[in-house]
Amino acid sequence: MAGMVADSAYFGVTVSLLSYGIGWFLNKKTGMAVFNPLLISITLTIPALVVGRIDYDVYYSGAKYLSWLLTPATVCLAVPLYEKLALLRSDWKAIFTGIVSGVLSSLLCVLLLSAAFGLGHADYVTFLPKSITTAIGIGVSEELGGHVNLTAAVIIITGVLGNVLAPLICGIFRITEPVAKGIAIGTASHAVGTAKAMEMGETEGAMSSLSIAVSGILTVAGASVFAQFY
Amino acid sequence: MKYLKQFGIIIFISFIGELMHGMIPLPVPASIYGLVIMLLALVSGVLKLSDVKETAALLIEIMPIMFIPAAVGLMDSWGVIRPRLAAYAVITVVSLVVVMAMAGRATQAVLRWEKRHKGHSIGKQVK
Repeated sequence: MAGMVADSAYFGVTVSLLSYGIGWFLNKKTGMAVFNPLLISITLTIPALVVGRIDYDVYYSGAKYLSWLLTPATVCLAVPLYEKLALLRSDWKAIFTGIVSGVLSSLLCVLLLSAAFGLGHADYVTFLPKSITTAIGIGVSEELGGHVNLTAAVIIITGVLGNVLAPLICGIFRITEPVAKGIAIGTASHAVGTAKAMEMGETEGAMSSLSIAVSGILTVAGASVFAQFY
Repeated sequence: MKYLKQFGIIIFISFIGELMHGMIPLPVPASIYGLVIMLLALVSGVLKLSDVKETAALLIEIMPIMFIPAAVGLMDSWGVIRPRLAAYAVITVVSLVVVMAMAGRATQAVLRWEKRHKGHSIGKQVK
């Protein structure tokens, strides 16, 4: 019976949607940021799989259809960006300055902290692409000789934390302009953070989408330079 | 037919993105090529907003759930993370806060500087 349940291609998708729905319900009822639907979904699904002795591979054989939608969904981020193209034209200096500042501080931060913790070179380059979208980040890590699995894990954790903490961090640092919020969220926490930016507003979402592509490409160049430093 | 056409266009652009990813030896994912193609198609007028709008809105709305499978995959990475958990956690959290603050503050600083110094430029009209 357990095998039959887990073997269904709909099992993984059902568990994912149900746990996300519970997170969404808790979030709406309590209004607390810690009840982030994505975070709740992860923290419910992992123990459920462990307790039910269901391998990740079995879960993924169904849940992969959700991941499959990620490429077309990312392509669609061009639509809100297109609708806000006038903002990109008028504020391009601020936008570009913001993304470059974010990319440089990401690389510098990883450099300083890796040196402080005495990490090896392989660990250091593993973390260099931590703020950018998974597919580019993995390529960078592989190219520089990092641990690709660890890079993927850290990128996902960064994205989920960015998604959960974005309103708090923007509040603490008094980032109030919608354009600035979007750039901050997209540059720091790629597509997972962008999902939160989309909820905050159209401008935030569009600017966050733009940051994913621009910061990703800048990091490809920046990380190969920073890899020489430590 | 509306949704069929819209979904078809989006999937076709994703497919072109994957072809480009396969042919161009850069660590740029198919989705980013696709995003750029979609943007160019809209800007150039090859596609109208109405050719993709509703399906794009749907896919973007349900986007958070598409990250669940990869995030649940962290259960298999625990062995790699555990040996240096403290260092990894500090690097991840500190750099997230620093990057978000720096990118946001820098953008905001330039926006406000421009507002003060070029009040009569095009920047103001668009707002």
